[in-house]
Amino acid sequence: MDQIILQILNGLDKGSAYALIALGLTLIFGTLGVVNFAHGALFMLGAFCTVTLSRILTLSHEVIDESRKDFLGNPLKVDVPYIYDWFGESTGAAIIDWAVPLSILFAIPVMIGIGVLMERGLVKHFYNRPHADQILVTFGLAIVLQEIIKYYFGANQIPAPAPEAFVGSFDFGAAVGFDAGAIIYPYWRIVYFCFAMVLIGAVFAFLQFTTFGMVVRAGMADRETVGLLGINIDRRFTIMFGIAAAVAGLAGVMYTPINSPNYHMGMDFLVISFVVVVVGGMGSLPGAVLAGFVLGILESFASMRQVIELLPGINQVVIYLAAIVILLTRPRGLLGRKGVMED
Amino acid sequence: MFGLDKKDTSLLLIVAALVALAPIILNPFPEGSALAQFNAGYPDLMQRFVIFGIFAIGFNILFGLTGYLSFGHAAFLGAGSYAGMWMMKLLTINVIPAIIFSTIIAGVISLAIGWISLRRSGIYFSILTLAFAQMAFALAASVLTPITGGETGLQTNLNDPRVLPSFLGGGASADGNIPKPSLFGIEMSASFELPVGSWVWTFNWGYYICAVMMLLAFYLAIRVFRSPFGLMLKAVKSNQQRMNYTGLNTRPYMLACFVISGMYAGLAGGLMAAMDPQVGAERMQWTASGEVVLMTILGGVGTLIGPVLGAGLIKYFENIFSKINDNLLHQWFSFLPDGLENFMVTIIHPFIGKGWHLTLGLMFMGIVIFLPGGLVEGGQRIKAMFKGKKAEKATKTTPAE
Amino acid sequence: MSKSTLSRRGVLKSGAVAGAGLAVPTIFTGSSVSAFTNDPTGSSVTLGFNVPQTGPYADEGADELRAYELAVEHLNGGGDGGMMNTFSSKALEGAGILGKKVEFVTGDTQTKPDAARASARSMIEKDGAVMITGGSSSGVAVAVQALCQEAGIIFMAGLTHSNDTTGKDKKANGFRHFFNSYMSGAALAPILADRYGKDRKAYHLTADYNWGYTTEEAVRTSTEAMGWETVAAVKTPLAQTDFSSYVAPVLNSGADVLVLNHYGGNMVNSLTSAVQFGLRAAEANGKNFEIVVPLYSRLMARGAGKNVAGIFGSTNWHWSLENVGGAKYAGTNAFVQSFGQKYGFPPSQAAHTVYCQTLLYADAVQRAGSFNPCAVAEALEGYEFDGLGNGPTLYRAEDHQCFKDVLVVKGKENPENEFDLLEIVDVTPVEQVSYDASIFGGELGSCNPGA
Repeated sequence: MDQIILQILNGLDKGSAYALIALGLTLIFGTLGVVNFAHGALFMLGAFCTVTLSRILTLSHEVIDESRKDFLGNPLKVDVPYIYDWFGESTGAAIIDWAVPLSILFAIPVMIGIGVLMERGLVKHFYNRPHADQILVTFGLAIVLQEIIKYYFGANQIPAPAPEAFVGSFDFGAAVGFDAGAIIYPYWRIVYFCFAMVLIGAVFAFLQFTTFGMVVRAGMADRETVGLLGINIDRRFTIMFGIAAAVAGLAGVMYTPINSPNYHMGMDFLVISFVVVVVGGMGSLPGAVLAGFVLGILESFASMRQVIELLPGINQVVIYLAAIVILLTRPRGLLGRKGVMED
Repeated sequence: MFGLDKKDTSLLLIVAALVALAPIILNPFPEGSALAQFNAGYPDLMQRFVIFGIFAIGFNILFGLTGYLSFGHAAFLGAGSYAGMWMMKLLTINVIPAIIFSTIIAGVISLAIGWISLRRSGIYFSILTLAFAQMAFALAASVLTPITGGETGLQTNLNDPRVLPSFLGGGASADGNIPKPSLFGIEMSASFELPVGSWVWTFNWGYYICAVMMLLAFYLAIRVFRSPFGLMLKAVKSNQQRMNYTGLNTRPYMLACFVISGMYAGLAGGLMAAMDPQVGAERMQWTASGEVVLMTILGGVGTLIGPVLGAGLIKYFENIFSKINDNLLHQWFSFLPDGLENFMVTIIHPFIGKGWHLTLGLMFMGIVIFLPGGLVEGGQRIKAMFKGKKAEKATKTTPAE
Repeated sequence: MSKSTLSRRGVLKSGAVAGAGLAVPTIFTGSSVSAFTNDPTGSSVTLGFNVPQTGPYADEGADELRAYELAVEHLNGGGDGGMMNTFSSKALEGAGILGKKVEFVTGDTQTKPDAARASARSMIEKDGAVMITGGSSSGVAVAVQALCQEAGIIFMAGLTHSNDTTGKDKKANGFRHFFNSYMSGAALAPILADRYGKDRKAYHLTADYNWGYTTEEAVRTSTEAMGWETVAAVKTPLAQTDFSSYVAPVLNSGADVLVLNHYGGNMVNSLTSAVQFGLRAAEANGKNFEIVVPLYSRLMARGAGKNVAGIFGSTNWHWSLENVGGAKYAGTNAFVQSFGQKYGFPPSQAAHTVYCQTLLYADAVQRAGSFNPCAVAEALEGYEFDGLGNGPTLYRAEDHQCFKDVLVVKGKENPENEFDLLEIVDVTPVEQVSYDASIFGGELGSCNPGA
């Protein structure tokens, strides 16, 4: 029992990552109709916003420490961040420690900017081109973005730890009456889950309860008619693209303490995020979120030792197996609309 | 000729000539010259050109004709390779059973996957094929290790049974080495070198076997494109619903097309194993499926020759640009003054060697932005430019007469 | 830098100048032109450095490439000579190999066997490389080794840790300096038993592919021999990025040690998860919960950041070895010095092993007096040497595996910079990590000179 609760918790956490990425993707892919292979790259760029900010925060000057030697026997050069000089060592260290949460503020404008730039500069010209062309151009863009990051940050993973305050786990088990240590969950993952919920809620609220959102939804349903009504739907789509990029980027920012980012992480998530969007159903935002959680929880269950012993290799394929079963039983995924990307 | 009209016959003949003379055409720069780095006329790369050409031609039969975008074709490539490899381990080192069997196995697997996946269309179809291929990859890399060799892959071994008699390529080789894949005693890696002036041309047996297979595959693809069957598939692409309303069941046509396409991939996989006896699971990964999609789009979807060109271009970048290093750059620019030399090297450095992906990505974007129909459209534009000039000339000269 | 590279073909061409106009065909394979593949007949010899330049191990590949370039520089008489000065064999004189200037070509393995073989074949067929070296995974090493066997040239393996490379998949033309899973297990077990006690219950998380299997087996067998008990061993998918669902049940499983049979990004992510779940701080069975990583690399330590602090693992070599272990490990400081001078930071174990491999190959050619792979193999087989930083080392003839001391290291608690992440805990002497050559099966076959 405790095992099952534990894996549901895990699944919710994995699911919230999938849901966040799929949410951004489905805004672009399921609604604007652009097959965006660069979406994983946006997720990756978000994560590197964190890396960049922590690099900025730790910008240092060298102080030569004569008492210690480096590996070649020369006096050791110690890097002292400027921020220590400005705020004192303890405040400075605290600011650096909180780099990941601070990156949210940094990433929102940056990612919206990147999204808008991408839409205006490139994607806009591909709305009416075949999906094949969209695949090629966004895939090319994804490679270029990756390589730029690799050029400046290297190929290795870069640690971006959560603030000290979030290190360690919360003992759910003890709180609800199981053995101590039976159901533990790291604080940061709880933060991630809550953050994902808030972000998803905000996007839905924005689309549901604002005039802007209403127009966008109308535009998704029938772009031409909305255009005929004299509404500038293009501008709104640009903004939506920016929002989608920001959602992907924020998912990346908050994900950094869970997995140290590297330039390749976007590609790793690309395939799974397409699967999530399609399983959720094309053109459906709730579908994408639901599919994210369903697949996340299934993946967690499949990784249980008892399950693997029963069905070797199930943990490798469970997501794809689930996708096949769902698509065969529900022709348009969980909550898909008719006629979106079906031909 | 061959049941083709004049235009197609000439296309086939041109392709045949290009393929036959590839060892010469692909080595335009003299040996030892600074530009020899860009020569592609060595056996391995030429084999890859035609093998991936076959793969892309097959993919284009499905995608180009019906518009169904399969994201799992690498599964058939990999399955074909494994099947071919097992033939070379169990039966004979002769490549013929390997090639035949790999095509058949890929056909059977694509029949099964196609039968299920074709219940859906559009993006749902793509994701189904992707899911099947990813499952095949994950299983081949892990739990199927006894069959696939797992991550280290499947190779021929000294103690493989090879049950056929030795004149058919069975048994082990006498000298304690693993026998090399061969065709009745002619090793696939055997080459014939022809030095002419400053050039050396390498004519490789394996390459010509692949080339013959590719020409056959190409010919068959033309026949499929021009047949009533092909017409039916094109009709599916333009409006499947209307086809269904007219009372036609398109499923059998689609499935046949999917299986043909899968068998092309299997053939390519079998040839890969025959040319280079090693199969790894990553041959089935989604990136490999994505690669053939990119090849086809890059060359020109639905055109006959486009996918082959796309395949060639991607493989060329992968194999040539990744091998250029700073040392070579310094050699190339050594005629410049030192400062300028270093400047040039610094400028070009990010795009070569470990940066070859960047060049590839930029090329993808450039081609799709400026040549919406892929490389074939580029060719057509150039042709039109020449024709335009000629036409202009013609009109200019006529009044004088 | 000289402008033209005389490749095998260039030479062939000049030899055939007489008949150039007539185009006299030369059947290359099976001909009597030369006795082995890519016989360097000009004034230079080309080596092929095949390393990952793209993909997750690109940084490791870049480090290997630096070491290769350094080795070439030293072989050609440039720089301070590095480990050539401490190497027990004095056959090399800094005048290239057999008087031929050493040149090299580079390629990208992408950490994929297919791409690695394509790259290696182009080096053999196009550039006339007489030796291929490199690699950063066992899948690639096994694939390229088989190719070199087939083509008839020598393969000097880079970073590959699976038992298979010189076990089940060993080849007569392939040689490995790096250590393997078996040695990691054998080296770690006594030290783990010493530090953590003999009454321990281990939980293994294993990457689901060949290297993972051999490592898990090695660590299991050797720790169980010390009295440990294995509670469970769970396989994790190769492409897994978030290990939370595998790590979460560990604490409540009755285990008090977690063994992460992961490498590279897998290890960074699984260790990060484990630390996040509080396993480092936890207690189980009345003892401190411990984590073990059988194979460490600096890049992994860098990726995992401060999560590695205090975690045990093994490595092939570490730049502080001579300072810690004394003059037995001579060569280490010489190498660190010349690498550090040139690139500004200490070399990684990947850099060290490929530098050694290049030197060992060059030395073997020099001693054999020929580039013929069979002669080189003979010179390397059963060769005992010293002064390459690992102490006295044997290249065993039966499986072409190097036998030397293995380092047990742990993550530093307070690293001073991004390269100073590991510290040496102990060195397990070579006798304890040796094994019988036949236990992994496989056949060496006979050496293949090609042609």
